Amino acid sequence: MDFAASFALVLPELVLTGAGLALLLVAAWGGDKAARMVAIAAAAALFAAGILIVPGLHLGTDGPASLAFGGLLKVDSYALFAKALIYLAAIAALVIAPSFFASPAAGTERGMRAEYPVLILFSSVGMGLMVSANDFMSLYLGLELTSLSSYVLAAILRRDTRSGEAGLKYFVLGALASGILLYGISLLYGFTGGTAFEAVRAGLTGQMGTGALFGVIFVLSGLAFKISAVPFHMWTPDVYEGAPTPVTAFFATAPKVAAVGLTARVVFEVFGGQVGAWQQIVMFMALASIVFGALGAIGQENLKRLLAYSSINNIGFILLGLAVANADGASAMLVYLFIYVAMSIGCFAALLMLRDEEGNLYETFTDIRGLSVTRPAIAWALLIFMFSLAGIPPLLGFYAKFVIFQATIEAGLVAFGAIAIAASVIGAFYYIKFVKVMFFDEPVGVVTGKSEASHWTLLFLTAAIVSPLGYLLTPSLTDLADRAAASLFLAV
Amino acid sequence: MEGLPILSLMMCVPLAGAIACLFSGAAAARWIALGATLVTLVLGIVLWTNYDIGGPQWQFPEEANLFAGFSYKLAIDGIALMLIMLSVFLMPVCILASWESVTKRVGEYMAAFLFMEVLMIGTFAAQDLFLFYVFFEAGLIPMYLIIGVWGGDNRIYASYKFFLYTLLGSVLMLIAMFWMKAEAGTSDIPTLMEYGFPKAAQTWLWLAFFASFAVKVPMWPLHTWLPDAHVQAPTAGSVILAGVLLKLGGYGFIRFSLPMFPEASAQFAWLVFALSMVAVVYTSLVALVQADMKKLIAYSSVAHMAIVTVGLFAFNVQGLEGAMIVMLSHGIVSGALFLCVGVIYDRLHTREIARYGGLAINMPYYALFFLLFTMASIGLPGTSGFVGEFLSLAGIYETSSLVALICTTGIILGAAYMLYLYRRVAFGGQANADAAAMPDISAREWIMMAPLGLAVLWMGVYPESFLAPMRKDIATLDARLAAAAPAGDARLVPGTPREKAANALEHHGAGEGAGHEGMEHDSAREGAH
Repeated sequence: MDFAASFALVLPELVLTGAGLALLLVAAWGGDKAARMVAIAAAAALFAAGILIVPGLHLGTDGPASLAFGGLLKVDSYALFAKALIYLAAIAALVIAPSFFASPAAGTERGMRAEYPVLILFSSVGMGLMVSANDFMSLYLGLELTSLSSYVLAAILRRDTRSGEAGLKYFVLGALASGILLYGISLLYGFTGGTAFEAVRAGLTGQMGTGALFGVIFVLSGLAFKISAVPFHMWTPDVYEGAPTPVTAFFATAPKVAAVGLTARVVFEVFGGQVGAWQQIVMFMALASIVFGALGAIGQENLKRLLAYSSINNIGFILLGLAVANADGASAMLVYLFIYVAMSIGCFAALLMLRDEEGNLYETFTDIRGLSVTRPAIAWALLIFMFSLAGIPPLLGFYAKFVIFQATIEAGLVAFGAIAIAASVIGAFYYIKFVKVMFFDEPVGVVTGKSEASHWTLLFLTAAIVSPLGYLLTPSLTDLADRAAASLFLAV
Repeated sequence: MEGLPILSLMMCVPLAGAIACLFSGAAAARWIALGATLVTLVLGIVLWTNYDIGGPQWQFPEEANLFAGFSYKLAIDGIALMLIMLSVFLMPVCILASWESVTKRVGEYMAAFLFMEVLMIGTFAAQDLFLFYVFFEAGLIPMYLIIGVWGGDNRIYASYKFFLYTLLGSVLMLIAMFWMKAEAGTSDIPTLMEYGFPKAAQTWLWLAFFASFAVKVPMWPLHTWLPDAHVQAPTAGSVILAGVLLKLGGYGFIRFSLPMFPEASAQFAWLVFALSMVAVVYTSLVALVQADMKKLIAYSSVAHMAIVTVGLFAFNVQGLEGAMIVMLSHGIVSGALFLCVGVIYDRLHTREIARYGGLAINMPYYALFFLLFTMASIGLPGTSGFVGEFLSLAGIYETSSLVALICTTGIILGAAYMLYLYRRVAFGGQANADAAAMPDISAREWIMMAPLGLAVLWMGVYPESFLAPMRKDIATLDARLAAAAPAGDARLVPGTPREKAANALEHHGAGEGAGHEGMEHDSAREGAH
């Protein structure tokens, strides 16, 4: 494998890194006045990186041709699918940010800081590395690049105590998770003699020793932290609530995709020979996430906290696809991820549009009472997202659950699927509460301000995807997801 | 008719109307909704007249590969045709019923009803398991909004209960559907209706489907959402709920549970019978003591639907035909009764029976219609209720005399609570001055009531129009069930036909002989039948 080919494979990352470094300089000299320009340039860079992966996504790149840098990275169809989602989510996080930072909700420091788009760019590079990692070293590099950017992003409102608290909590718990993960990797290295995925997989054949098993469990626990699966979910509501809303929107989408993508690759490509060792763990995490995500959300007043629990709940369904441990499950998981990202972006875009005349954000259920009278368009869009998150047909959220449960049942896990789907009804309770507050309650007489065109565009786009029209996307989405999932199992 | 996708068209018209309603003002929305439902009704009549009775089982087929995972495939048989007709017939009535009583957010209200219509037609026409599920389950969203936004005081509790109850029932059915797809390799309903699932699996599948349909029907003890939902829903919401949504449960049994899992259906017939018997007696008694008119009719719906389930699980042609006619009849009659309640509710804004009285004096036409529908609900011969209940009970009598005996008490109790209701509302002295001052029904209310009244009489006097399209499908279903049918306790033994008719004359002319013999032969055959 010559070096040029490797560089060609990581061209999107190179573009993003170059853009990030250049924009960092612009930010340093231009100051926050240049923030808007930096944001536009960053979005353009992400878009360019997205264009670069289109041919690969379209034609499919698998096998030895997808290995870069001597097997450190593997830029296969699976990685490209995840990257496409990550870039789209990152662009959305850039689009919704400026008006938030310009509003009083951003506290005493009005205006977007120029570092915000740069951090998103670096985070995207890290996520690109995560999903294409083929070695525990590159995995860790990508993970830390993402995490470090995320810690700063959570605390980007320096004088806001909630934001600072969120950043600190995220950092401490994230560092702990990284520690656990590293410990697991070191155990695996010790017992198998390698850090490359193939080497570890080769070392894990046959009867697995206790040490190696501990390694597997530690690695899974560290990853569960990153995807905020129960029982490692405790940081999520606090961080989601405290972080500035555009950052929360970012956390709920792109890093989730990357972490789930990474987890799936690790369990299939590294632990694929030892399904028995991890399947029960993943099954437990899936069920527990569905149940706790649903129960935790019921008492919440704060909308961002509620969406945090909702994301835990959704991770549960995604892990269900992982627990199936076959290509159908992985494909279902990718379809779910796509739909989940669309729904989450839509929800957060709608939340960001709910502002009073002065620009303060509405954050609690009390604020959005009777929204269907005061802001019907936003209320109807939120209704679509909520019923979709609850998995009610004919919205696209149903299709997400449809593919996941179909894979579960076809793999023979009937009882498991039945319990999980019954638990999903608990989740429906708080989603319909959202609708109840907006549609059934009398308006509280709050005046709402105007929203920006960029938000409207994003809202309508995501609402159209989630609406029944989205079903027309499903054939091509399924094709892409099937191919991506198949490339995960090529090594087997 | 060839090539015209009439079923899709019937769904597109209300869909377009719904979208138009969302964006228009109150007055325009009313007319758009009425226009869309009437056009759909006309299309429905076209559908019925073009339906080839005795032709292929599945008619008006359509197929398009639009989605991954399941296909957009529509077609109808006679059973689906009749239920689609019921839906499109009730819809304009619902719109008229809400013409004046709904004043807030009219556009959204009408849109919700039109969406309901799309989904109901889709449910009955779907030929793919998952397409069926999508339509079946999607009805939750508009119905949740209808109850929650335009309902009475306790609407939020009722809407939550309705939503979560029905959702929990349906998700288990979805799991069963996945299993069936994995087992049979197809989600095509006609194929699955002939597929033989292993007996052990049928038990579980049947229970999963039962969880969903029993909630929808609703069967005792899963019926508690119904009175709450009815009482809180606006009048038109109740009409649709009782008229069509409850039929989804019965349709589910006849389309899925019975033909797909015949052995399990026979195995669990006792469960259905037991629950239905309790429902008939218990909910009738509960209805007897209600002070709220809508609650009374809601409980009577549970009792009537129990007759449907009993008829379905009788495993014979009479029972199945009877169940279908009860469904159609109950759809019209209970819808009409809710309209009757709505008419006086609009005037006095209370559903308390004691607040009315002597309405026959100041509202004679209203009292006439109310009486007709009351009698139809009781099952008076000449009305639709009689035909359905008679056939169902005749069907179940062949299977179990005990069940027939207990379910027949439902008719007596039904007469008790309906006549008691009628006496308190329409007869007696005019106890309340405000009730005595109410004007008789308006032209709009005439237009709502008259077609329903005519339909009740038509179905009662000449049920053949409604039975004919379904006959072949029910015969097919009966043949499918024959192997699994449990032995009835009525041991019917065909007798030997008489030599001659009882009134045959000894002597007759040679010229008439042949004709007479033919007649004798005919009557003898009839006797054997």
